[in-house]
Amino acid sequence: MNAIEVRGLRKTYRGHDAVRGIDLSVARGEVFALLGPNGAGKTTTVEILEGHRPRSGGEAQVLGEDPGTAGRVWRSRIGVVLQDADDAADLTVTEMVRHVAGFYPDPRPAAEVIDLVGLTEKSTSKIRALSGGQRRRVDVALGIVGRPELLFLDEPTTGFDPAARRQFWDLIRALATDGTTILLTTHYLEEAEALADRLAVLSEGVIVAEGTPATLGGRSAAGAKVSWRDGGVQHTEQVADPTELLRKLIAADTDLTTLTITRPTLEDTYLALIGDHR
Amino acid sequence: MSTGTFTPAPARAPMRAILRSQIRMELVLTARRGEAVVLAMGVPLLVLLGAGLTDVTTVPGDDRLAFVVPGVLALTVMSTAFTGQAITTGYERSYGVLKRLGASPLTRPGLLLAKTAAVLALIVVQLLVLAGVGAAVGWRPDAGQLLPALGVTVLATAAYSGLALLLASVLKPETTTGAATLIYVLMLAAGGIMFTTPDVAVVLPLAAHAEALRATLSHGTGVPAADWLSLAAWAVVCVTAAVKKMRWE
Repeated sequence: MNAIEVRGLRKTYRGHDAVRGIDLSVARGEVFALLGPNGAGKTTTVEILEGHRPRSGGEAQVLGEDPGTAGRVWRSRIGVVLQDADDAADLTVTEMVRHVAGFYPDPRPAAEVIDLVGLTEKSTSKIRALSGGQRRRVDVALGIVGRPELLFLDEPTTGFDPAARRQFWDLIRALATDGTTILLTTHYLEEAEALADRLAVLSEGVIVAEGTPATLGGRSAAGAKVSWRDGGVQHTEQVADPTELLRKLIAADTDLTTLTITRPTLEDTYLALIGDHR
Repeated sequence: MSTGTFTPAPARAPMRAILRSQIRMELVLTARRGEAVVLAMGVPLLVLLGAGLTDVTTVPGDDRLAFVVPGVLALTVMSTAFTGQAITTGYERSYGVLKRLGASPLTRPGLLLAKTAAVLALIVVQLLVLAGVGAAVGWRPDAGQLLPALGVTVLATAAYSGLALLLASVLKPETTTGAATLIYVLMLAAGGIMFTTPDVAVVLPLAAHAEALRATLSHGTGVPAADWLSLAAWAVVCVTAAVKKMRWE
C-alpha cells in the first residue's frame, strides 16, 4: 500500500480554487518532491495531507487513513515541518526537543536529533537567540524526533547557508535510507534533483508534469546540443543521441578542444513547464 | 532509550503524560517572561497595598481592605486569564507555535486543555499569595461562602479565556497586545477595584466578579443575582465566540 494516495483533491478558499483536482501516489520509502511557483497550491496540498486543513473535495489516504479524520496515533506516525513556523520561545533547543519528544511513543534521543541537524553547539541556547536558519533546523529536529514513518517538509531549507543545506541533504538521504517516506516541497531545483526519487510540478492548483528528475517533462527525450569551434567557425547541432555525430567528427579529425554537450537542465524544463501553464 | 533489535513494539505515549508535560511547559514559559509575571502579580499587589492601606481613593464603608482585597483578587484573575493569555496566544499564533503543536500528537483540544489547566494553576497560586498578603495586612476573610466564590471565579476565568482567544484569533499580535492592555487599564479604572463605581458597572465582568467576591469573602453573604447573571452571560458569549472564531495560524 502506498504511503500517500490522493485522487481528485480540491481546495477552495472563499471562491478561489487553490487546488483543482490533484492525483498523487507516493510509495513507501520514496522521496517525493512537489515543485511549483508561489501560490501554486503546494503548501495547501501538503497541509491537507498533514491533517491540518480540511479538503473541499476528492479522496486522500495517508498511511492508510483519511487525514481529515485521523487521530492521535496516526499523528504520532507522521512528522511535520511547517513552512511558516518561527518560534521565538524562551526555551533552549534541548528543552524544546525533549519536550516535543515526549509526545511520541518511541522518540529519538534529543541529543542525537540535535546533532543530526547540526545544532549541538547551540543546544543550550534559547531558541529566541538563534538565527532564522538555525530556528529552521530546530523545526526540522522537531519534525523527526518522533521517528516518523512519513515526513512532510514544506520548504525546509529556506534561510540555510550552502553548507547547512548540504548537511540537511545528507540527513534526508540518511532518513530515506532508513525507510522514511518523505514528501518535500521546495523552490530549489537542485534540491529536488539531489533528493527526490520522483517529483511533480504544480502550477495554479494542477499537476502539469510528473516523473523522475531525469525524465520530467520529457527531459531525457529532449536530446542534446553539441557545440564546437573548428577553424574559427562556431558549429551547433541538436541531436537525439550524440554518439554518431561524435564518431563522425573524430573520424574527420576535427579539433574538439572546445566541444560541449548540453541537455536541458531541470531548471530549463521546469521554467518551460510553468511558463506553458501561465 | 536506545533502540536495539529487541525493542518492544512502541506503545503510544499516554495522553495524560503528554498533557502534564505541556502544562509544565506552559508554566515554565510564563515564569520566564518577566513582564508577564510583573503584570500578573505586581500590579495587583501595588493596588492591594496602595488602595488597601492608604486613603488615596474613596471606597464605600470603613473597612478598606474588605473592599479592596476581593477586587484585587478579581483583577488578578483578569490579568492572567485575559491579558496574559491574549498576548501569549497572539504571538504563538503568529509564530506558528499553535499550528505546530496542534498538528503534533498533542492535538488541538489537548493544547487548549493544557493552556486552560496552566492558567487555572497559575490563578490558584496567585490568589493564594495575594489573599495571604491581604490577610497579613489585616483583611479578615469569611470562609462560609467559599464555594460560590469559586463558582464565580471559574465563570470569570472562562469568560476571560474566551475573550483572550477571540482577540488573539482576529487581531495581529501587536494589536492584540495593545488591545488587551488597554482593556485591562479601562477595566481597572471602571471596574470598581480601587474606588466606588456606579451600580451599572456590574455589566463589566471585572466589576461583577469583584462585587461577588466582596459579598462572599469579605461579608459572608451570597453572590448577588446580577453578578451571577453578568458573569454567566459573559462566559457563554465569549466562549461561544472563541469556539467559532478560533484560528490556529
